[in-house]
Amino acid sequence: MIQAEKIETDILIVGGGTAGCYAAAKLAALSLRVLVAEKANIERSGCLAAGVNALNAYIAPGHRPEDYVEYARKDGEGIVRDDLLLTIAQNVNRITEELEALGLVILKDEEGRYVTRGWRNVKINGENIKPLLAKAARQNKNATVLNYVNIIDLKTVEEGTEKRVAGAWGFSTREKIFYDINAKAVILATGGAAGLYRPNNPGFSRHKMWYSPFNTGAGFAMGLRAGAELTTLENRFVALRCKDTIAPTGTIAQGVGAKQVNARGEVYETKYGLSTPERIYGTVEENRAGRGPCYLHTKGIGEEKEADLIRAYLNMAPAQTLKWVEQGGPDSRDVEIEGTEPYIVGGHTASGFWVSTKRETTLPGLFAAGDVAGGAPQKYVTGALVEGEIAAGAAAEYAKDVLLPESDEEETRRHIAQVEAHYASEGPLRAEELEEAMQKIMDEYAGGLHTDYRYNEARLAVARERIEVLQEAARSLPAEDPFELLHVYELKERLTVCRALIEHLAARQETRWHIFGENADYPERSTDFDCYINSRLENGEIKTLRRPLVKGGTYEHTH
Amino acid sequence: MSIRIDKPRCIGCGACTNACPGGLLIMQEKKAHMRSLRDCWGCTACMKVCPAEAITYFLGADVGGRGSQMTLAREGVIYRWKIQSPGGARSEILIDRRNSNKY
Ligand SMILES: Cc1cc2nc3c(=O)[nH]c(=O)nc-3n(C[C@H](O)[C@H](O)[C@H](O)COP(=O)(O)OP(=O)(O)OC[C@H]3O[C@@H](n4cnc5c(N)ncnc54)[C@H](O)[C@@H]3O)c2cc1C
Ligand code: SF4
Ligand code: SF4
Repeated sequence: MIQAEKIETDILIVGGGTAGCYAAAKLAALSLRVLVAEKANIERSGCLAAGVNALNAYIAPGHRPEDYVEYARKDGEGIVRDDLLLTIAQNVNRITEELEALGLVILKDEEGRYVTRGWRNVKINGENIKPLLAKAARQNKNATVLNYVNIIDLKTVEEGTEKRVAGAWGFSTREKIFYDINAKAVILATGGAAGLYRPNNPGFSRHKMWYSPFNTGAGFAMGLRAGAELTTLENRFVALRCKDTIAPTGTIAQGVGAKQVNARGEVYETKYGLSTPERIYGTVEENRAGRGPCYLHTKGIGEEKEADLIRAYLNMAPAQTLKWVEQGGPDSRDVEIEGTEPYIVGGHTASGFWVSTKRETTLPGLFAAGDVAGGAPQKYVTGALVEGEIAAGAAAEYAKDVLLPESDEEETRRHIAQVEAHYASEGPLRAEELEEAMQKIMDEYAGGLHTDYRYNEARLAVARERIEVLQEAARSLPAEDPFELLHVYELKERLTVCRALIEHLAARQETRWHIFGENADYPERSTDFDCYINSRLENGEIKTLRRPLVKGGTYEHTH
Repeated sequence: MSIRIDKPRCIGCGACTNACPGGLLIMQEKKAHMRSLRDCWGCTACMKVCPAEAITYFLGADVGGRGSQMTLAREGVIYRWKIQSPGGARSEILIDRRNSNKY
């Protein structure tokens, strides 16, 4: 029998990663009870586990926040939210100073100014950034951290005609304990979604991927179920990486000026353009034309630069360093490159929750920050921190005027019964098998590596049908212990995200972004789609809708 | 790629179990235990908190690994990475954590 525990708090933060930890830290100024529920341990959980290489969102002297908005709008081909981007751009520099005050090592010149690379990037030693943020969260004396608790669903209460979010349910990933959490407001900071598509390395190294394999899209799934609206999932993110090790390529390209070349040694990057999707598009096209494999041309950079690269990669992608030491470094051979499988990541592209300028979702009482929040691409670490701060402020304001809900015993029993059914089930299928099946379907029918990221309506129809079959099968998956139970729920979340993603891909009948959204039925861009594609879950079906572009000012939901 | 726990070296402090972003490490009979080799992200968070140099990093053969291994010793602000090839050749790379990245 699973043991149930009840907890009450003013603000519940789901996910103690980048945005979640900072939201908790910022709430210290107010005397509100804060609970951070994290499925791993906030010390090193989430995207920042390995550390970061640079702060990618910063505005160097001589540039204005508006320049940042303009840059991100262009990069996102217009499908962004100016209001959200501006709030990020106006605050990233202050946040950078706050990070330094927390102990982050930032490179400075003789006059004490941060050393930037280009006009949007600050050089740091970011290896310990997550422990620093975790410490800041723990310093909030009113905050309780609940590590090893996986949140599975949001609690809603109906008041008159309005539905609001008032807590969540979850379970311990280590013991057979179920949590029933009542809260006045909830901040979702669960990150984006990896593991939807068959990865570059599907075998032993299946988790050697770019995005955190432990961010499974839980926030999107539970938000959809509760009735919240998502935006722009079809703007998937694909990274250009070193083959096999999935190590970043930017450091080589920018650090030593290496160019992208095909197997004949021809520089091809200039033919296709230098943005991330263009670099990947070019690589895909060269491979399709039979001119692959493609490389970053590093051969002959010299021993000194080679030694620098080998060191630089130890901090952020040690697999690459080990590979170089084993097989010869970049001075002796070019570095092969490839695009990753697609991810859903609101910190890089515009996919995620449809939020107001204050980061409130369409459901009152539910706020979103970081990779789970949509509309504001290119936010990266500093942008996620800004959003954590904004969401914290808005959630605190909201919590002032609401009361804790009555416990909904029936719903709690229903969730516990579902967990117990997984413990009681004997299979025969396992979560791992269904995960592989899901990744294969998405890979082949929803624009994965298999089809060079291309999809069409006929393929998406197959994906839709097969993912629904898997969803049915997932209901009776067996779990022997809490760790297996976690995998069962992670799979169910991913399947829900896949369903929404398929509808988004189908709804945008154009190709606006190469690689990220390559619709083979509609290979051109169309002004008909100068709008957002949003989605909701209604009566078990994903419904998409279009919303007009939000330009400037602030945006509030009209509930 | 993944990691292995060097059980004789492990002093059972539990630090790594709190560092893994996937919750993959647990304590078993007073030693760290890796629950699932194939689920490792290769982030090295566990190695950075281990006081006993008891965690070994290796590349899976599917990503080109040939049997080399890497361990990490923390010496104050210095990280000493030790790489050993299958033939027995050893090399070391020192990283000063006070310095920012060069690139
Ligand atoms: C490998 C990599 C390198 C990067 N490098 C850089 C860089 O150099 N510079 C830069 O500016 N940006 C970089 N980024 C981007 C940046 O790190 C992210 O955009 C940012 O950290 C996202 O923050 P987040 O809070 O949304 O997600 P995260 O920090 O990942 O936090 C999400 C948290 O939610 C938890 N969680 C998930 N589901 C649940 C659940 N159901 N219940 C409870 N908890 C849950 C997770 O365990 C995790 O702790 C990088 C990203 C990656 C993946
Ligand atoms: S390398 Fe990272 S993912 Fe792998 S066990 Fe260590 S902490 Fe966990
Ligand atoms: S941190 Fe190192 S010594 Fe401590 S339990 Fe883990 S492996 Fe053992």
